[in-house]
Amino acid sequence: MKKNYIKVLALAGMAILTMGTLAGCGSKNAETQAPDTKTEAATTSGTTTAETTVKEDTASDLKGSISMVGSTSMEKFATALSEVFMEKYPSVTVQAEFVGSGAGIEAVTNGSADIGNSSRNLKDEEKAKGVAENIVAIDGIAVVSDPANTVDNLTKDQLINIYNGTTTNWKELGGADQPIVVIGREAGSGTRTAFEELLKLEDACKYSNELDSTGAVMAKAASTPGSIGYVSLDVLDDSVKTMKLESIEPTPENIKAGSYFLSRPFVMATKGEISEQSDLVKALFDYIYSDEGKDLVKAVGLIPAN
Amino acid sequence: MRPKSYSIFGGHGSKSGVEHAAEVIFTVCGFFAVLAVASITLYMIISGTPALFKVGILDILFGTIWMPAAATPSFGILYVILTSIIGTALAILIGVPIGVMTAVFLAEVAPERLTKIVRPAVELLAGIPSVIYGLLGILILNPLMYKIELKIFAGSTTHQFTGGANLISAVLVLALMILPTVINISESALRAVPQHLRSASLALGATKIQTIFSAVLPAAKSGIITAIVLGTGRAIGEAMAISLVSGSSVNMPLPFHSVRFLTTAIVSEMSYSAGLHKQVLFTIGLVLFAFIMLINVTLNNLLKKGEESHDK
Repeated sequence: MKKNYIKVLALAGMAILTMGTLAGCGSKNAETQAPDTKTEAATTSGTTTAETTVKEDTASDLKGSISMVGSTSMEKFATALSEVFMEKYPSVTVQAEFVGSGAGIEAVTNGSADIGNSSRNLKDEEKAKGVAENIVAIDGIAVVSDPANTVDNLTKDQLINIYNGTTTNWKELGGADQPIVVIGREAGSGTRTAFEELLKLEDACKYSNELDSTGAVMAKAASTPGSIGYVSLDVLDDSVKTMKLESIEPTPENIKAGSYFLSRPFVMATKGEISEQSDLVKALFDYIYSDEGKDLVKAVGLIPAN
Repeated sequence: MRPKSYSIFGGHGSKSGVEHAAEVIFTVCGFFAVLAVASITLYMIISGTPALFKVGILDILFGTIWMPAAATPSFGILYVILTSIIGTALAILIGVPIGVMTAVFLAEVAPERLTKIVRPAVELLAGIPSVIYGLLGILILNPLMYKIELKIFAGSTTHQFTGGANLISAVLVLALMILPTVINISESALRAVPQHLRSASLALGATKIQTIFSAVLPAAKSGIITAIVLGTGRAIGEAMAISLVSGSSVNMPLPFHSVRFLTTAIVSEMSYSAGLHKQVLFTIGLVLFAFIMLINVTLNNLLKKGEESHDK
């Protein structure tokens, strides 16, 4: 019957279309594994310890891509690092995504990224899953406000009272009669976790705005009179006013000396120790811990890890 | 050699190969559309229900505390659901009357030269991406709302100031976004009303405004309800524009509180969530899906009832 023939053809056509769409879903893991195996095959030279001199010779042999996923606070550092590294090794591509520290650690734990960027220490349950915490820099958290604010110094207790909702007006701190607009980050942010841990305010902060990136906090603080927010040290510029804490300015020297108390590590986490990673990742970490890498860390406004 | 003949009586035997092929292609495309809707529904139900059982339906749907990352996480989305309902309702209350009145203006009242200017402007408005509305909200609406907030709550000790990012800003942005959709479809519906209806009403002695409200608008009712349904769909599903202007804290949906909608709750936390948190986000998606289905079904039933009473 002609009618049956049309039905059969229609079902067959639909089945082909469905298989086509499902085929697109299955190949994601294959892609990330292919470059790793390619680089393993390409760099089969007998070097087990990567010295900088030997690396210079094999600079053109390193091919492939590294994927970094994680903290938005580390964006400036990660972008600078990837650009410099790609200049040094032209056949290597470093791809960085900025989705938040929690997402970065999650991605490196389940293998969808080579390196997970996190702007806080790893928790014990994260380390228990085999993720190694490699601290690459120390960063400070700066407290910013809008440029017209007359208050420029806060004690630790004043900061705690602002963020748990006890102090609600700048005039209680010696400023203008203006309500305090408390800005913070979303719940998975490394900056928020580090900030709340240092002030012992976990789950007790009352935010009026929970924004989801460092850039958004800067923009909101700059444009809202009476606002207060926290950002990473390396994104500070003239559009906001930086507060002193306990009369100490947030500068790298003060953080290193320990007198500015809001500081946290920048972690580039890997699944397993660095020595177990691919040659590309090992080369990246060697670069970071070398003198050139330390200069780069200082150039973006952070403090080298050791 | 007999030439090919096409019979008007259906004649399966005389259709050429091209006809057959075309039939098959159209049937496949139709089936594909049904398959897409069915698979989306199935997928939402499959990924959304595990969390309902793990955390408990009452705890999720009627709890008020949303703290997914705390030591003992609690996943109450009652405030989020209420925010979406109230926010969409307010946006429709503001946007639909303005939209329908503008459509009446364009179709019935405006002189020819003015229509030539206003109609292209409205059609252009319909094509603007929603993120642009969000950016405009941040630039213009938030500072304005903050000034109003300062005046209204001056001296209050219990109000948490939001810097202008609150429910009202989000509602205004949503109302602006649904305007072009509502205007375009309502205007087409009004234009489709046959002229003899207007002539008959005027001949019976009604004024022009009486004609519009008593004869033309009821005749265009099905088109206007379609416009409302599409506007509601856009308002309840919008995430990008309002995530920039609504403040994103989970609070009761009062006008000057920083609020979180169903859509912005999913968008802001999906990228880093894991495990149970992620499953609860899929449950939020399921709730959103259920709302949209409910609204579509209800409004379409209203449409059908309207058409039946017309035919009588």
